[in-house]
Amino acid sequence: MSASATRRALGDVVIPAATLVAALVVWEAASRAFRIPNFIMPAPSAIVGEGWEWRYRFIGHSWVTLYETLGGFALSIAVGVPLAVLIVYSPLMKSALYPLIVLAQSVPKIAIAPVLLLILGYGEMPKVIVAFLVAFFPVVVDTATGLAATPPELLDLSRSYRASPFKTFLKVRLPMALPFFFAGAKVAITLSVIGAVVGEFVGSDKGLGYVILSATSYWKTELAFSAMILLSVMAILLFGAVSLAERVLCPWLTADAED
Amino acid sequence: MIRLDGVEKTYRTRRGDLVRAVLDITLEVGPNEFVTLVGPSGCGKSTLLKLVAGLVPTTRGSIRVRGALVSEPFPDVGFVFQQPVLLPWRTVLDNVLFSIEMLGLEPRQYRKPAADLLELTGLQGFETKYPRELSGGMQQRVAICRALLPDPSLLLMDEPFGALDAMTREEMSLELLRVWEERKKTILFVTHSIPEAILLADRVVVMTPRPGRIARVIDVDLPRPRTVDMEFDPRFKTHSDDVRNLIFSRRTERP
Repeated sequence: MSASATRRALGDVVIPAATLVAALVVWEAASRAFRIPNFIMPAPSAIVGEGWEWRYRFIGHSWVTLYETLGGFALSIAVGVPLAVLIVYSPLMKSALYPLIVLAQSVPKIAIAPVLLLILGYGEMPKVIVAFLVAFFPVVVDTATGLAATPPELLDLSRSYRASPFKTFLKVRLPMALPFFFAGAKVAITLSVIGAVVGEFVGSDKGLGYVILSATSYWKTELAFSAMILLSVMAILLFGAVSLAERVLCPWLTADAED
Repeated sequence: MIRLDGVEKTYRTRRGDLVRAVLDITLEVGPNEFVTLVGPSGCGKSTLLKLVAGLVPTTRGSIRVRGALVSEPFPDVGFVFQQPVLLPWRTVLDNVLFSIEMLGLEPRQYRKPAADLLELTGLQGFETKYPRELSGGMQQRVAICRALLPDPSLLLMDEPFGALDAMTREEMSLELLRVWEERKKTILFVTHSIPEAILLADRVVVMTPRPGRIARVIDVDLPRPRTVDMEFDPRFKTHSDDVRNLIFSRRTERP
């Protein structure tokens, strides 16, 4: 490893990790020294202990939340990308749909969740829908921006080669929009997690959101904390997966520039 | 090769005003002729190229290419713009092959000719690089290779060296002339650089500001192959004075 690589590893990994460990140590020490009750602020050791005890039950709850999150995310792409295509290709669709999409975005999703549950009932589907509603806006807007970002000269060029509009879409506009799409998808995946948890808060009997809600009603703050940590880990892993997909599908973005 | 007869193009702006981009353009370009269009910005030079390519319809008059009336894009033509507009997700070689793919031809059969073109333009060794790894001049070379690969007999160039620095610009001009002499083709070349227009062309078409009309067509009286030294030739000076006077005298005449 060269000197600069060592320095970068120090900055990227060692320093943030050391900061985290130091904060945890201070937290643990303060909890013990001031005898803070667990239901007010549990010590890290209590959180880990409780989480370990719940390890088997957590698998089921995590799976439900993951399933709802991924369902909402998949739906936001399945609906968001075609909507973006319609908006970019048809001025009529743009004037018809765009205000509605903005309107849908401006309604607080937490306010919709109880109504949705009323309509759709219990189960995972309403949570998937809430996750979708929270997540789809950045997918539509970013993909539409990307599709519209094709330089007009490139469209002229395609036309001068007498390529069909579909071929131009497939070979020029769609790949041009891919980095924009991923920018939206990265926001969407983290919003999906929020959407799923909000759905679970409103009414459910499983999922990490349910665990947090019921834990707090029994004053089991350490359990709520361990569920929260699991949620964060899930969100980070999902974000990482989308970033990885972006790197694999857009290798040109990471190529080194000449200057 | 190209024949423009009383061509007029009127645009309607977003506010609803009518703008005459070009007016009463009558011009004939022979096969394998290198013709440059020079004029101040906004004189409709670029519009004229788009009209010839069949990308936009004329308001009045007719355009014929190889005898056929132009009403839509037609085959056997290459287009180069001021910006290279490469596809950032494709390597240099795949960018060159883009024209072949869009034409519906088999890219595999053009890999060798594409590599030859890259070599001709000094890009060998860069085949697998992405556009953002290249300098502006190299990117524009890739765009020119892309236009040349299907070997069109007509090349339309819209200020292709306009975004480059002066040194690269001169180098690219000579390179283009070398390619043009090697594989004869008709070139219609838009520029706002007077020396560039004269150095490249058999004939220079001088245009007036909006609405763009042809002020005069100047036959360039310089031997080929052209060299940079010709800029010191007294005939070069006469030509550039002529062009300058045509452009600037009109400007001061206007009310």
